[in-house]
Amino acid sequence: MTAAARAPITEKRARTLVTPEGIVLPITLASRGSRAGALILDVMIIMFGLLAFYLALVWIAGGLLDGTDLDPAAAPRGAQEFMQIVLALIGFFTWYGYFLVQELGPRGATLGKRITGIRVAARGGGRLTPEAVIARNLLRDIEVFYPLIALLVLAVMSETGEDSGPLGWVMTAWFALFLLFPFFNRDALRAGDIIAGTWVVERPRAKLADVLSTQGAAAARGASAVTGVRYAFGEAELAVYGERELQTLERMLRDAQPEALAAVHSTICRKIGWEPGAGDERAFLEAFYAQLRAKLEGDMRFGKRKADKFS
Amino acid sequence: MKTPLISSWFGRAQLAAPPDIASATLRSDRFRLEREGEWRRLEAIINRMERGGLRRIADDDLLALPTLYRTAASSLAVARETSLDAATLAYLEALVQRAWFQVYGPRQGFARWMRDFLLGGWSRAVREIWLDICIALFVMISGTVVGWLLVAQNEEWYYRLVPGGLADNRVPGASREQLLATLGAEESAVGLSSFAAQLFSNNSAVSILAFALGFAFGIPSLMLLVHNTAMLGALLWLFASQGLLVDLAAWLSVHGTTELLGILLAGAAGLHIGRAMAFPGTRPVLDAAAEAGRRGAVVMVGVVIMMIIAAFLEAFPRQLVETTSSRFMIGGSMLIFWLSYFVLYRPRRIAESAG
Repeated sequence: MTAAARAPITEKRARTLVTPEGIVLPITLASRGSRAGALILDVMIIMFGLLAFYLALVWIAGGLLDGTDLDPAAAPRGAQEFMQIVLALIGFFTWYGYFLVQELGPRGATLGKRITGIRVAARGGGRLTPEAVIARNLLRDIEVFYPLIALLVLAVMSETGEDSGPLGWVMTAWFALFLLFPFFNRDALRAGDIIAGTWVVERPRAKLADVLSTQGAAAARGASAVTGVRYAFGEAELAVYGERELQTLERMLRDAQPEALAAVHSTICRKIGWEPGAGDERAFLEAFYAQLRAKLEGDMRFGKRKADKFS
Repeated sequence: MKTPLISSWFGRAQLAAPPDIASATLRSDRFRLEREGEWRRLEAIINRMERGGLRRIADDDLLALPTLYRTAASSLAVARETSLDAATLAYLEALVQRAWFQVYGPRQGFARWMRDFLLGGWSRAVREIWLDICIALFVMISGTVVGWLLVAQNEEWYYRLVPGGLADNRVPGASREQLLATLGAEESAVGLSSFAAQLFSNNSAVSILAFALGFAFGIPSLMLLVHNTAMLGALLWLFASQGLLVDLAAWLSVHGTTELLGILLAGAAGLHIGRAMAFPGTRPVLDAAAEAGRRGAVVMVGVVIMMIIAAFLEAFPRQLVETTSSRFMIGGSMLIFWLSYFVLYRPRRIAESAG
């Protein structure tokens, strides 16, 4: 259902990666939406983190003003100055350190990327190097934050009546150019990805599902738990379907509702010319699945593959 | 009939005891059941690696990782040819991909990389972009000359080139005494360290901009260099007109040798990327840009370090040391230090061990 509806979009984002062992691995590029979401999350985390830190610092260093009638000018200069330096440097190192340290970690992702389930990888299956991570993060500044801050400054300036001329439009065009950059290439690369030779991919997550051919009517001597019948299908009956249908059936057996199974059951019965009964759909489908898979896998070993029911 | 939710709970409980191999009807499922234990062990190791780095992993597991990875990879290759179990194939693909990220992932953390960077990586990267440094140097010198000539022809240019904030008393028509006063030393160090922190933020932002703008074929990087050095030229002209050129040069040289070198490197790194994209040669543009970008990034980390040093020099020695000769001495020794570090310091490259 959802998987089928999503298929065309994910296929567009599907890429392959060849490992040094020569195994071709499918990977999925991260969608632009999840990348934007990850960036927004990261910026919010940094902002709130710094804000909390500043507030804590004010709370601690607020004591500086005690005994001076709360006049900042009377506070000890050295301590005040130290605070200013700490704030400036911590701001700088948080901004760059946050991205660098996390993307160089074993997950290759910042907190925001982890939440949206994506990670950074080297394009073309190489090793992700520190240089690449540094390059892609330096570029982010001119892509998003430099024009954004410039626009804010211009907005404040125009509020106070200063005329900024065409500079505002130039900045907007700059911002739009880099923001739309990922929409104008196939791999959704932003400028920083191009410079660094990286791309952002979805982090694979798959649990090992149960073995189907050991359960219920699919097992070797398995019979229906309801009626005790052993379903057996002939060569002609198994020949109507291919691998695609087999894997759809597998998905249904793993997680579909009984009503959906009943619908599949009656469809298959009609197709192979059986009289569809009721009440024992699951056992029927399990047996059909096991025998169809045995046949198709047997053919596979002889180099004969049947992609779907039309081939 | 089974409820999906309940079955998934039981599925987790079954983890410890996988079904009997003999009970599986299909050859491909027997194949899977035989190897499942190794896959799960690999998955457990990767989970731990992703969570907390290498330190939490037992030595046995770490030694087994490459073997387990290759086993899983070959299982995947075999399963693709023999099995039609989509769930197992998806699991194996995800597992091999995750293991691949760990086995061929970043080999060194940030601290380790920083050490290699200081001990040779930096100066190597700088030497690799020598051509771009030459071009950027030429542009900077011509920018200075242009700034000087423009202001010499028409003093109006001075106000366009030098932003208002910097040019308090330093305007055309100022007397020799006024100009000399701007070059004087401060009485004490109070207030200078926060000045240094601000200078650092400002200067590194400018150099990161010069680097990042290289993306547009390097032209904006060069324009930024011209703009900044034209300002320098205008300032030089102003002080020269009152016969203070040597004093200004000494005042500037304290931090300027480090800072201008840093800006030069940043512009050159930007230009390097721009040049690689404009003239990729026989390589695809994307590959050329990526290679140049990584080299430029190494140079840029160095530039940020240089900016920290320059800001400290600018805030303390420049404002506290008065005599022209000692100012020249500080600036000159910094220049000699940087040049020898970049040109003469060539440690043997640490041999790359195979992953």
